[in-house]
Amino acid sequence: MSYSYTEDDLLPLSALQHLLFCERQCALIHIEQAWSENLFTAEGRIMHDRVDTGKHETRHNIRSEFAVPLRSFRLGLAGKADVVEFHRQGNMWHPFPVEFKRGQPKQDNCDRVQLCAQAICLEEMLNVEIDGGALFYGKIRRRQDVVFDLNLRKETEEASKRLHQLIASGITPAPQYSKKCESCSLIEVCLPKTCNRNGSAGRYLTRAMVE
Amino acid sequence: MKRHLNTLFVTTQGAYLAKEGETVVVKVDKEIRLRVPVHTIGGIVCFGQITCSPYLMGYCAEQNVAISFLTEYGRFLAKVQGPVSGNVLLRREQYRRADDEAGSANIARAVLTGKIANCRTVLQRFLRDHQEKSNTDGVSHASKLLSSSLRRIQNENSLDVIRGIEGDVAHTYFSVFDHLITSQKEEFSFLQRNRRPPLDKVNCLLSFLYTLLMHDVRSALEVAGLDPAVGFLHRDRPGRYGLALDMMEEFRPFLADRLALSLVNLSQIQGKGFEEKENSAVLMNDDTRKTVLIAYQNRKQDEIMHPFLDEKVTIGLLFHIQALLLARHLRGDLDTYPPFIWK
Repeated sequence: MSYSYTEDDLLPLSALQHLLFCERQCALIHIEQAWSENLFTAEGRIMHDRVDTGKHETRHNIRSEFAVPLRSFRLGLAGKADVVEFHRQGNMWHPFPVEFKRGQPKQDNCDRVQLCAQAICLEEMLNVEIDGGALFYGKIRRRQDVVFDLNLRKETEEASKRLHQLIASGITPAPQYSKKCESCSLIEVCLPKTCNRNGSAGRYLTRAMVE
Repeated sequence: MKRHLNTLFVTTQGAYLAKEGETVVVKVDKEIRLRVPVHTIGGIVCFGQITCSPYLMGYCAEQNVAISFLTEYGRFLAKVQGPVSGNVLLRREQYRRADDEAGSANIARAVLTGKIANCRTVLQRFLRDHQEKSNTDGVSHASKLLSSSLRRIQNENSLDVIRGIEGDVAHTYFSVFDHLITSQKEEFSFLQRNRRPPLDKVNCLLSFLYTLLMHDVRSALEVAGLDPAVGFLHRDRPGRYGLALDMMEEFRPFLADRLALSLVNLSQIQGKGFEEKENSAVLMNDDTRKTVLIAYQNRKQDEIMHPFLDEKVTIGLLFHIQALLLARHLRGDLDTYPPFIWK
């Protein structure tokens, strides 16, 4: 089997959910390297807390591995899984990715796509097939099972392709202001209402001459 | 973008700064004098004999908190730089633009528009507050000259001409600066701008404030991923922060100059707070320096309306906003750089 990407091409797996939320947000983070305190330090701190909890634990017929490094040459992605559970069936252990989210279940598919990308990484690295995984939402303290069906896999592959095209282009798309901008932690870097590329700064300078 | 942009100024000689968890602790004689969470500060400036643990330096670099070391008199010694961050595409565009006459002229014009407009506002505020004074003719004439410079540069595409106009503007503005000093005239007189070294108290005060400004502007540019050394209005010169000097232009009049004037005019500092060396260089004493630092800090907490973004921001945040707006222009989001214009 030949893969489309090499190690040099791998992009962060986490970029998929940024892309699905907003292509400009994704470009600001992964092209412009915009830094947003609340986004990264908070996420980083939470990740750290979990990584430090230990390497693995086994209970009943489930073994859990924490902060598992992942990569897929087919998708061209690399990242880390919060938790990979291995479920014992007979003398086989089946991998089952679990991703923790601080908020509540979202309307869109971006969390499921991210989890599916993790499953595709695991399939490639362990040479197995993975049917499902789970998302754990902190707000409702509940797990939601996710089935990696053909549609979700297709959506994941397409999102990965779009991500690679976006990063390769090096172009940050123009903003389009909408309601979801208000929930975006990069709104102050993005300036969706101001960066509208219609000559606004030039007109502002001309106004400066008026006393 | 950070909401908290207090700068931690450390002036206690012999102080030691270290990292404890996510906080910076300041120790004097092994006793903890201060503990601040790193995410609540925008920068650390150390004056004189201050030491700092490498782990704190690394953590601050990671958190985009600039650390600078200055002499007790405020001369820049060194800064701490972490692993290079930011967007390589942005930097390359900055360098390409600096090599391009038309692109550079576009930004230089915007920078200078900000400077002239803000210098003019300083003069006009004086005129508004002192209508009854008889000697305001010079100031009002200077203000008119600045207005005509502002009109002249709008369609000017030659960098040399733009730089020439910048020189004229500085000369016009400083020629009437002495009029703006309204109290303690015998102690604080101003003839002309001199820097190396400052030869009078007003120049000493301005130089010190410009040093503080330089630290804030430079670190904001670095946080935005720009190279502070490569400017558009200011020509490259090894060892000089050209872009930081560009971006300082709009801040000098409304932040540093106004602060210097209010410190003198409201008698918050006195002539005896300065000393003259044998060679006529003038230096501040410790108390005066502290007074200036506190005034600068307080000014940065003030809220101001940003005329381009049309929202209220603290002055301390302005450096970061302007650096970001320049980056957004270079990356194609804005047709030119919109400087902060103070009305």
